[in-house]
Amino acid sequence: MSDLHVRSAERLDPLAAETSEGAQGLQRRDLTKKSELGREVGAVLRANGLMLDPNDVDVERHDDETMIINMGPAHPSTHGVLRLMLELDGEFVLRTKPVIGYLHTGMEKTGEELSYVQGATNVTRMDYVSPIANELSYCMAVEKLLAIEVPERATWIRMLMSELNRMASHLVWMATNGMDLGATSMMIYGFRERELILAFFEKTTGLRLNLNYVRPGGLAADLPDGWEDDVEVICDTIYERTFEYDELLTGQPIFRLRMEGVAPITAEEALALGVTGPVLRSTGVPWDLRRTMPYLAYDQVDFDVIVGTYGDNFDRYAIRLNEIRESVRIVRQCLEKMPRGDYRSQDPKVTPPPRARIGESMEALIHHFKLFTEGFAVPTGEVYSAIESPRGELGCYLVSDGGPRPYRLHVRAPSFVNMQAVPLLMRGGSVADAITVVSTIDPIMGEVDR
Amino acid sequence: MDPAGSRHREGGNSEVIPLPPTAPPGVATSEALASDLGCFPTPAQYVPLVKSFKEDGFELCADLCGVDYLAHPGRALPEGVVATRFEVVVNLLSLSKRQRVRIRVQAGDDEPRLDSLFDLYPGSEAMEREAFDLFGILFDGHPDLTRILMPEDWEGHPLRKDYSVGRVPVQFKEAPGPR
Repeated sequence: MSDLHVRSAERLDPLAAETSEGAQGLQRRDLTKKSELGREVGAVLRANGLMLDPNDVDVERHDDETMIINMGPAHPSTHGVLRLMLELDGEFVLRTKPVIGYLHTGMEKTGEELSYVQGATNVTRMDYVSPIANELSYCMAVEKLLAIEVPERATWIRMLMSELNRMASHLVWMATNGMDLGATSMMIYGFRERELILAFFEKTTGLRLNLNYVRPGGLAADLPDGWEDDVEVICDTIYERTFEYDELLTGQPIFRLRMEGVAPITAEEALALGVTGPVLRSTGVPWDLRRTMPYLAYDQVDFDVIVGTYGDNFDRYAIRLNEIRESVRIVRQCLEKMPRGDYRSQDPKVTPPPRARIGESMEALIHHFKLFTEGFAVPTGEVYSAIESPRGELGCYLVSDGGPRPYRLHVRAPSFVNMQAVPLLMRGGSVADAITVVSTIDPIMGEVDR
Repeated sequence: MDPAGSRHREGGNSEVIPLPPTAPPGVATSEALASDLGCFPTPAQYVPLVKSFKEDGFELCADLCGVDYLAHPGRALPEGVVATRFEVVVNLLSLSKRQRVRIRVQAGDDEPRLDSLFDLYPGSEAMEREAFDLFGILFDGHPDLTRILMPEDWEGHPLRKDYSVGRVPVQFKEAPGPR
């Protein structure tokens, strides 16, 4: 018996060494400096000029009353490989530290090795739930540096696809959030509706997820024949079904109890932490880049910016649900106002010749070959372009040294920044509420880790 | 199609924003940057300048990232700004004015080091950690300057220009050899 005990203790040490995150992880209370404790629980308060309350329950707790457990990296409700180290007192969360980087693949470094045309293939894999937003932010940055005009039709198609993608992204969120709260039927419905949109993406771009559809200078392809009917069906179906979700979730007493008043955040806290998107809007700040700093043709369509009041889980849910409806509204207007014309710029510097000409003209063939092997040079400069992705401000900071590849490609990922609100929101809540916090922040780990 | 409309669609402010009244004197600015005001403070002016912008209504630190200019030394900078290898780029956003401002600080050559923005914008915490992790830029006053994306025992800072791709060979577990 005792022999067994010794063996398991011996085994524990290498295991702990293997799974330890070192300084990145959450340290035991007796090893944590007062300043770090203060940072974890009071970062936001300090920014407002307030000091950490010395009577705070968290500070005056003994080490042997608490325990640190890992949630993740492979926990199903963490939406990817997110590892949360929680310090628990019984069932209540005292401190939280997200440990990220499990999905880090160096995409910013890879972006420096790829030409500007190939770059869209790279960035589309960052936020894999809303790929169009990534491509759009990147391509708008490249186009700003190139100072080229995008045709009207391309602009509207980009807007149409962005909004369809926003619907798909929020539907996935509704589905996974439902699953986190035990509403497994929502899981099935959310993915069912998203499938409609993905089928349309496949028809248009040839791919379902990592579309590589938005390219510098325009789009990879025009919309297919009969796209109006498909989009009409998507709009009608999804709009109708949002009311079914209302019945399933919004009015459901258990769901409301789990969401209402849970994990509130104030506008000051959200702004101090750099949080954007639905989480910021849930606090009542009407900040939506589509409205406040319009890009594409968002100033020509009619839609409402949905804001919340309490900044709690329920507000974040209600905002996303209503944003699906607003996206339907925008898509319907795109359907009405879609202009005719080119789907990509006719600037030969960035656009290959039409396929039909390649067969008959040697110059066109060389042009096509050069464009896809060497790429095009982009004038020296640096630019930051930001758009409203389903998760918040998605920025792309691009530095060009005049060559055919970006000198530096940095993506300001909304999930990465919003993740900083997790310790604040989880504090004092129960473990069950911690799950809903991760869910309503809606981090996409591909984008967090890049 | 119509150039006026497309300028409107750029999604930024095209007019030049004046520096806030409390800004430290002598900060170099540039109007040449696409649609944003660019400021080029010295490391000593950096935090006071950001502070003055914050007091002037720039509530959100939208982005902070490092750039390694090792392979591109001849970049355009305003007169009087001495280019160094590392640069830290901060994008501030004002919700009330709907403006953006970009601050580019020359962080140093061999041991890049700056003061942290953590006390002004706690939201810069993760971004400064990322700049430290990927570029090795040190931030004084940051409460927890550890690696964030790379493993704790990683050597080097991968986004530096002298850190080549494929430097660390990837060994796939039990990968079959060449026969």
